[in-house]
Formats: sequence, C-alpha cells, structure tokens
Amino acid sequence: MIAVQALRKSFGEVLAVRGVSFDAADGRITGLLGPNGAGKSTTLRMLYTVLRPDAGDAFVDGVSVVTAPLEVRRSIGVLSHSAGVYPHLTARENILYFGELHGLDRSVRERRADELIELLEMQDFATRRAKGYSQGQRLKTALARALVHEPRNVLLDEPTNGLDVMAVRNLRGLLRKLRERGHCIVFSSHVMQEVAALCDEIVVIARGEVVASGTLEALRARTGQEGLEDAFVSLIGSDAGLE
Amino acid sequence: MSQQLGRWRGIFTVFKKEFFENLRDRRTLLSALLIGPVFGPLLFAGLTQFSVKQSDAASDKPVAVAISHPERAPNLVDWLGARGIEMTPIALDDRAARDAVFKREHKIIVAIPADFGARLAGTQPAPILVYSDGSRAFEARAVARVKSLVMQYGQQVAQLRLLARGVDPLVGVPLAVQDIDVSTPTTRSVLLLSMLSYIVLLSMLVGGLYLAIDATAGERERGSLEPLLTTPVPRANLIYGKILASAAYMLLSLILTVTAFAIAVRFIGLERFGMSANLGPTAAAAMIACCAPIALLGAAFLTIIAAFAKSYREAQSYLSFVIAVPTLPLVFAGMLGLVATTALMFVPFLSQHLLITSILRAEPIATVQLLASVLSTLGFGVVLAWIAGRLYNREGLLG
Repeated sequence: MIAVQALRKSFGEVLAVRGVSFDAADGRITGLLGPNGAGKSTTLRMLYTVLRPDAGDAFVDGVSVVTAPLEVRRSIGVLSHSAGVYPHLTARENILYFGELHGLDRSVRERRADELIELLEMQDFATRRAKGYSQGQRLKTALARALVHEPRNVLLDEPTNGLDVMAVRNLRGLLRKLRERGHCIVFSSHVMQEVAALCDEIVVIARGEVVASGTLEALRARTGQEGLEDAFVSLIGSDAGLE
Repeated sequence: MSQQLGRWRGIFTVFKKEFFENLRDRRTLLSALLIGPVFGPLLFAGLTQFSVKQSDAASDKPVAVAISHPERAPNLVDWLGARGIEMTPIALDDRAARDAVFKREHKIIVAIPADFGARLAGTQPAPILVYSDGSRAFEARAVARVKSLVMQYGQQVAQLRLLARGVDPLVGVPLAVQDIDVSTPTTRSVLLLSMLSYIVLLSMLVGGLYLAIDATAGERERGSLEPLLTTPVPRANLIYGKILASAAYMLLSLILTVTAFAIAVRFIGLERFGMSANLGPTAAAAMIACCAPIALLGAAFLTIIAAFAKSYREAQSYLSFVIAVPTLPLVFAGMLGLVATTALMFVPFLSQHLLITSILRAEPIATVQLLASVLSTLGFGVVLAWIAGRLYNREGLLG
C-alpha cells in the first residue's frame, strides 16, 4: 500500500514534480499515465528512494520514504527505467546477487531464483551470461531480480518500452498474477492502451501535477468522452507525448 | 536477514560480486594480470639490455670522426689513428663545420686551423676545434674520448719539449689523481632498478583501473546502478565493496608483477656487467608488503574519479592521465636525489619508492620508517574511501 502526499522535486531551475498526491491500494494495479517529461519517472524515483523529495512525503506500508528509506527498500521491488543487468553474470546469478543484497539466506535466495525462473519462463537462458540477451530476456531478468525478496509493493517505470507483443502479453499476465496475490502494483506509461488494458486505477499526470485520477469508467464519465484517447487528451489538454 | 543487519552489511556481497564478475571480463583481466606483470619486466629487460649494449659499444667500437684539413697536423692524425679513431678527411671552414654537425652529416668534426703548424713550432698554444652536438646524449662518450686523446697528445708534446730543454717531465705533473669507486655491484645496479619501483607502482594501479571504472561509470552506463540503489544496503557500503574489489585486483597485480620481476632479473644477467640485484624471495616478499597499503589508497582514488565521470569513456580518459599523478613524487625523488627519512615516509608512493630502493640496495630499513609508511598510506586510503562513501550519497551520482 502506497500513499503519496504532495511530493515536490526540482532539478536546478526546473520544477519536475509540483505536489503529486495519490493512493495505491494492495491487490490493485495503479497506472501513472502522462506524456513524456510529465514527472512520472521522477515521482517513481522518489517512491523507490533514489531521489529525495524537496517537500511532501510518501508512505510505503506506512513507512516514510524520507525518514526511513532503507526500510522502505525492503518492501519494494523496482523495475527502473533503464533496467540494466550485469553482462558477465548469468540471469540466475543476477537474481542471486540481488537476493544477497536483500539479506536473504543462500537456501532462500536459491529457491526464490528457481521459482522466478520458472514463473517468468526463463529456463532456456537462465544459465547463460547476460551479454547478448534480447530486450525481453533482459527485462525478465530485471523483473525477477526485483521480485527476489517477495516485495509487497512493485514499482515499474515504463516496463513495456522496447518489448515485442509477446513479451508485453507475458508481462501483463505476470502483473495480473501479482495483483491476485494481493501485491500493490504501480507502473508508469505514456501508452494509453497499455494503461487502459491493465489498470484498476489511473492517475493522469501532466506538467508535474495530477490532473485526474480514478477508474477508467470514472475518467470517461468525468470528461464526457466515450473514446479512450479523447478522454485522456481532454484531461491533459494536448496529445503531445502520448501514444 | 539477521546476519546482514550489521553496519557493514552488503560490503562483502558487493566485493564478491565485483571480484568474480570481473574475472570474466577480458579487459579487466588483461590489465590486472597481464599488462603489468608481463610487459613491465619485458620493458625493463629490454631497456637494461639496450643500455648494456650502449655502454659496451661505446668503449669497444672505433669512433668515427671527420677531420678537417688533416694535412695540417699529420702527427696528430697518426696518433689518433693508432688509437681507434676512424677519420674521414674533409675540408670545411668554421661555418660549414657547424652546419655539417647540426645537420647530422658528421657526428664529430675535428678541425685543424691553418696556423696550427706555425703555432706548434713556435711553442704557442695551437688551436684545435672539436665540433659536436651536446644535445645528443648517446654521443657524449665518443666526444669525451676524442677530446681526451687530443689532450693526451698535447701532454706528450709538452713532455718532449721539457725533455728537449733538460727538464724532468714530472715537473709538469704536480698531481696524481686516482679515481676510487666504492660502489658495490648491488648499489651500481640501483640506478637501473629505480625504474622497477616505478613500473611496479604503475602496474599496480593499472591492475585495479578497469574494475574501478566498470563498477562505477560502467554500472551507471549499463543502467544497473539505479536498481542497485533500491536494495536495502547503505549507499556508502556499495562503494566500499567496489573499492575493496579494485584494491584486491591491485594486490593481485602487485604480487604478479614483483614475482615476474624477481624471475626476470635472473635472466637479464646483471652480474655480467658487475651488478647484482637484491631481489630474492625475501626481498620480493618485503617489496610486496611495503606496497600493499597502496592498494586501498589507489583504489579509493581511482574510484572517486570514475564514480563522477559522466560515462565510461570519460572515466577512461580522466584516469589515463590521473593515473600518472601518484608517480610524480617518484620523479621528484629521482631529480632531487632524495634518500629515505622518516618525514618522507608520510608521502604515499614516495615512501614506497624509497623503501623499494632500500630493499634493492640490501640496506637495513628502520622500523619507524616502515611503520610510518604503512600506517600513513593506510590512513590516507581510509580517508579517501570515506570521502568516496560520502560522495556516493549524493543524488548527482545518478547523472
């Protein structure tokens, strides 16, 4: 469960996030939708404690990202925008390394690695070095690595970028599976279809602010637009940076 | 989780991963385990052989000299010819002679002026001009030899004149200077071996260089830094682990390089020209022990710079010249002829250089000096690593 309260962040002169608030409940998929440069990534990076907010706070299972970032990191799994893997390690070793960094005992992390390799169907490349992996294989590795410690909350920044259709379908399936198990899932995207197909709750962000939030139906009702695209465009005010 | 909750949690995990991952990286492996340990001694052996050949050649080979107007001093020419000077007769005036040496047409020109014979006959000092290019160090020996032979000829003439006047020639020799060289074969080889400490320290740094770049700038460029920062390990501990892994490669490189030198020195055959190096197993072990504290300092130093370069390439270009900075004290030591004092032991790299020199000369090392060197270098290393940890907490790190 994640509660975001009036987060602000600027980089030098640029005010990237100006007071973003929303809630993401357990057992639901919450999508941050907005054009490129709207402040989605910056918001997520504050949630996963890589950036420190200038003002405001966010609570992950009731723990503050500002005052207890190390504790927050124990209960989140993160797929960051540039989910790089270690090229000289195999997928399995990549997963095990993160398990160890999370403080899991050897037997636990080995069991988790095997489970995730099966869950994400990584068997045919899991023991090969990551150098030369396809985009989809790299993403699976990064995802498995993010889930090794069974985090209650999963944060994903543009997870479908650069994936082919099959990989996107697999990812959706996995996120739904995690939702069924009661995880809190937050992911960002600039692809409207993506968000509409997957999310229970949509937070529309533009120019560093939340311009609307709610279920897809609620957003349609609010804008009076039946078409998905028209609804979002009317909320954001332009269609620049959306797909 | 309990065993990892300590203050140092994660450091060993990061160290282990960086160490083993880089064993699979050909670039890191080459720089750590091949370039220093193999090319260092090879370069050294090559330079040694070259300088041995140079000094051998200088004394044995006949010296080639162009002699301008030999007909003006036939006796001198005969004298020089009988003593291994190969003469090419030419006829140049002063200007042409300068020009010829400057343009490398002749290396040395001995010119006999027109009034040479008349002045010699009149017991006036007779001029002889020796043209050479002083900026060519390799020819200095040949020039000195020619000048000394000409001087000897002059002395012989003087003695004959004294005899002709009924004076004992010894009157003209008031002093008898004897040159007594007390250097031992070991100390004589030190000049050559001072290069060794330079190569050892440099190859040590190169050994940890690629890991330092890969673990920081490389990590960011691959996009694996951000996921790493979302794990519950304090950021400072992440960089400590990386610094230790780089230091471990430096130690490996150090051990291999010194071992390779110890073996190479046997094959170079320093004894052949009256030198020996104190580089047996004990001396090699002492050298490794003296240099080991550098590993932490060097790794922290390189890591700090690499961590804040914007890209792998940028880190590489910074480090390729930064890596020479620690060797500056060695250059000063050479220029100023510094010897080991306790105060100098507080200067990292310089103290190791001086200790290595002492070991090679088989001189005793004061315990105070050894402790000062080891502890101060370690201290600097700890401080730099701590600074790296502080810096790693900054957001700017993400680039």
